[in-house]
Amino acid sequence: MVKLSIEHLSKRYWFEREDREVLAVNDVSLAVEDGEFLAIVGPSGCGKTTLLNIVAGLLPYEEGTVSIDGKRVDGPGVDRAVVFQHSSLLPWRTIAGNVRYGMEMQRRFDEATMRERADHFVKMVGLNGFEKHFPNELSGGMQQRVNLARALAADPKVLLMDEPFAALDAQTREFMQSELLKIWSQDRKTVLFITHQINEAVYLADRVAVMSARPGRLKGVFKIPFGRPRTLSLKRDPQFLEIEDSIWQLIEEESQKLNMVLAEK
Amino acid sequence: MSKKKKSGRPHQSFYAKHEAVILGSLSIVIIIGIWQACWSAGMISPLFFSSPSAIVKQFRYTLVEGTLLADMKYSGTNFAIGFVLAVITGVIAGVLIGWYRRLRLFCDPFLNAFYATPRIAMVPLIIIWFGIGIWSKVFIVFLSAFFPILVNTVGGVRALDRDLLRAAKAYCASDWQIFKTLAIPGSVPFILTGIRQGVALGLIGMVVGEMVGSSQGVGFMVAYGGQTFNTDTLFVGMIVIAFSGILLTWLAERLERRFSRWRPER
Repeated sequence: MVKLSIEHLSKRYWFEREDREVLAVNDVSLAVEDGEFLAIVGPSGCGKTTLLNIVAGLLPYEEGTVSIDGKRVDGPGVDRAVVFQHSSLLPWRTIAGNVRYGMEMQRRFDEATMRERADHFVKMVGLNGFEKHFPNELSGGMQQRVNLARALAADPKVLLMDEPFAALDAQTREFMQSELLKIWSQDRKTVLFITHQINEAVYLADRVAVMSARPGRLKGVFKIPFGRPRTLSLKRDPQFLEIEDSIWQLIEEESQKLNMVLAEK
Repeated sequence: MSKKKKSGRPHQSFYAKHEAVILGSLSIVIIIGIWQACWSAGMISPLFFSSPSAIVKQFRYTLVEGTLLADMKYSGTNFAIGFVLAVITGVIAGVLIGWYRRLRLFCDPFLNAFYATPRIAMVPLIIIWFGIGIWSKVFIVFLSAFFPILVNTVGGVRALDRDLLRAAKAYCASDWQIFKTLAIPGSVPFILTGIRQGVALGLIGMVVGEMVGSSQGVGFMVAYGGQTFNTDTLFVGMIVIAFSGILLTWLAERLERRFSRWRPER
């Protein structure tokens, strides 16, 4: 069953400085199945964050359709939750208060349920004992766990993740990837995961969609054949490296084309 | 913070632990000592200057037999009423002006003009309006403290973090929720900075108001001491004002720190 459906989506921006129109997303069609983990990978400026913002309902769109369970996306909704690249935690709220924040804004649960769920998800991301701390007392990796717990606690149908580990150091990032898979495997929500790291996408996702830059077009979708649970050692598997390589080639090809076009100009 | 230092360096000497206090007190003692010595040696004319011993004597005299307590009460009342009014109206007006863009654009020219003009320049006008009773002084304190509080509050409400705003919107927050959960808590440190600046400016307003149009209060005491060449009284008034300033600023700073625990730089 298709959960999230994107059909012929295009997004144009008016680029003030150069006084011209830029096509950020060009005719993208993509269907994410219920319970599927789909990653979108592409170089910076390929429109993948624009795409996520549209799905999140934070950006209006005119051409094409985005729908969840057949319902057209028209602004933010309780069926989605976003894990942001910058943890975007309220600095004056404790960890427990931050995990509650999404639920509070959405007003779907009563007080007792909110407390219970906040408690549950703080534990799930491994932060029990830190409930009364403030975000500035936590490391970057821990802040991103809070960010994730806040999204999960809101009980979305689709979880949107916007390069959530991009700002972390390499070691923490690997650790967070395997943590995410562990947490995700507990209730298998539909996930749309944006990243510029190919091996992160291949390691996490059921399918990897590759986007190219300017205009942001969908270049291809790779099905990742590995079963679950996956361990970090998978990243050294020859088949893993092969997939990583073919995605890399697709992106490389594209950027070379772009360089040629630029050189001609 | 102090806890960490103690546990980190358990064998500090008494001096190392209290270095700031010891050196600070030492400088005060030395300066006062030199001052008193010069006085006793007859190097200072009593017409132009006073001495520590004379100030202490005069202080005790005005306190017990003079009007110092009544003056302090008078000035304190002026300041308290004006300042509390300034905090209440400044914060409310600041939140509204910061939140509603149109209201801000509407008030901007007026605010800029007021903020840039030293409010002291309005003292004669205020005395014409309110007479030389308590309300002219209250209004001068109010006007002096109001603008820093207002301007800082407006800045705090406007300094909404874009990332936080985006997160709140993604979770379907209403305008009222954004106001309540982001704009208000985010502006608290700004408001407290405004209050700290308001304390300093309000005190100036209080003193000037009493100097120009009053027959009571610590400001009047200083002015009167000057007019009658009574330097001892003048110094007592100055010292009372200085200590009030130090005390109130210290309180405001503590309040500021108390409410900014979540701030990373502290």
